[in-house]
Amino acid sequence: MSVYNEKVMEHFENPRNVGKLENADGVGEVGNATCGDIMRIYIKVDDEERISDIRFQTFGCGAAVATSSIVTEIAKGMRLDDAVALNNKDVADSLGGLPPIKLHCSNLAADALHAAIEDYRSRKGESQ
Amino acid sequence: MQRSVYLDHAATTPVHPEVLAAMLPYFTRNFGNPSSVHAFGRESRIAVDKARATIANAINADAREIVFTSGGTEADNMAIQGVAIAMADKGKHIITSSVEHHAVLDTCEYLAKQGWEVTFLPVDEFGRISLADLEAAIRPDTVLISLIHGNNEVGTMQPVAEVGELARKKGIVFHVDAVQTVGTIPVDVKALKVDLLSFSAHKFYGPKGIGALYIRKGTRIKPLVHGGGQERKYRPGTENHAAIVGMARALEFALENMSDNVDRVTALRDRLIKGLLEIPEVRLNGHPTDRLPGNVNVGIRYVEGESLILSLDMKGVAVSSGSACTSGALDPSHVLLAMGMSHEIAHGSLRLTLGIDTTDEDIDYVLSIMPAIVDRLRKMSPLYNEK
Ligand SMILES: Cc1ncc(COP(=O)(O)O)c(C=O)c1O
Repeated sequence: MSVYNEKVMEHFENPRNVGKLENADGVGEVGNATCGDIMRIYIKVDDEERISDIRFQTFGCGAAVATSSIVTEIAKGMRLDDAVALNNKDVADSLGGLPPIKLHCSNLAADALHAAIEDYRSRKGESQ
Repeated sequence: MQRSVYLDHAATTPVHPEVLAAMLPYFTRNFGNPSSVHAFGRESRIAVDKARATIANAINADAREIVFTSGGTEADNMAIQGVAIAMADKGKHIITSSVEHHAVLDTCEYLAKQGWEVTFLPVDEFGRISLADLEAAIRPDTVLISLIHGNNEVGTMQPVAEVGELARKKGIVFHVDAVQTVGTIPVDVKALKVDLLSFSAHKFYGPKGIGALYIRKGTRIKPLVHGGGQERKYRPGTENHAAIVGMARALEFALENMSDNVDRVTALRDRLIKGLLEIPEVRLNGHPTDRLPGNVNVGIRYVEGESLILSLDMKGVAVSSGSACTSGALDPSHVLLAMGMSHEIAHGSLRLTLGIDTTDEDIDYVLSIMPAIVDRLRKMSPLYNEK
């Protein structure tokens, strides 16, 4: 199917950081089954507020899988403040673009990452 | 070399080599306009007339009842809009189902915006309308019933003959979208008591861009296109005579081998269904037995359809989810939703449609690669991990 470029297909075929993180410091989920995409991101955060480990689980189309995969690749080792600044467009651009129809619905990986960071921060806030 | 397996025959089929051979002379040597008086024209006219007779004969119609169109979509549009306009003085109520192809569905929705009233009949879990619902929907101003014969997505057959009986008794014009059935299973317009019937050559190993509408003698219908006098003014424009010849040859070929093909394809279909259902949490969509010979449609829980298509495509297997138009759109199939399926299951549905060229080895290959593909995607899915 040539609707996706090679880089998207490469991430679809060999997604990075798939799975669950036991004892994650933050978990974020976006999307729902009605729209056909659910993305969940797990993060581990170190003492310097860096993402030391990250995993994803996704139910969705090729674009959903590829954006999830690449956002984990980009975010790994990133400071939280920088990771918060990533947006969905950055993610799509880093894949060399997505078909227009996929830009809105299946391009939620940065949102899932933000949700995980928010979860981490709210957990931390509560424990202080 | 990787195997290449085409299991998307409901979307389209390859042109049969004999069909292509029959068509070729009409592009170069016998290129005349069928309306021309000279020898070139007469030769083309004879070819068109002969093809029309063959096609009419194949569905038990009269040659004067066949109007060539650019395909199934145009035939559906012509039937529905043409009758709606011709009958507007009598009434403006149309009945159809909620599992139609977009060519019918969108045409009815368009008419609904133009002042017609349309009833979309519900379907049961298998995708079938009920005669009781239909009878209850009929009103004094109902002028048209339009129903799909074999469903292009889930393969389910509608009770077309029974509907034909009822429509004839009530004096309501009856159109059938037979795009998935003509050339695949026997279709007899008299036995089915239909007034209009759409079909399309590229679904039965003929060329794309040619189809026909059967119009029973005496049916009130207006043309959508105006111009010269071709097709008895129902569909003017210089005939695509090469395609018409190809359509006739394809239909002839289909009829010659129909019962053998139905038996063989049905057996392959059932073997594929059985094999797929051995994968945990896979269900069959559509009717278990009363379905098109080549149609397999399964719901694979916890995974999404496009991911399945891409994964199978990487292994050389061509399938679709929902219908060809649905891939690329984000809404799940209206057919599956009308059958009462949840969005989650509808998003995870896969359609595999077999053809006369499908082999036992093709089915073996698909069944051998499918479990690992499903497993990989499920391991990635948050829904699967939670169950
Ligand atoms: C049931 C049904 N109706 C109509 C059509 C449209 O036919 P065509 O592609 O010839 O316009 C199709 C084919 O996609 C179909 O399956």
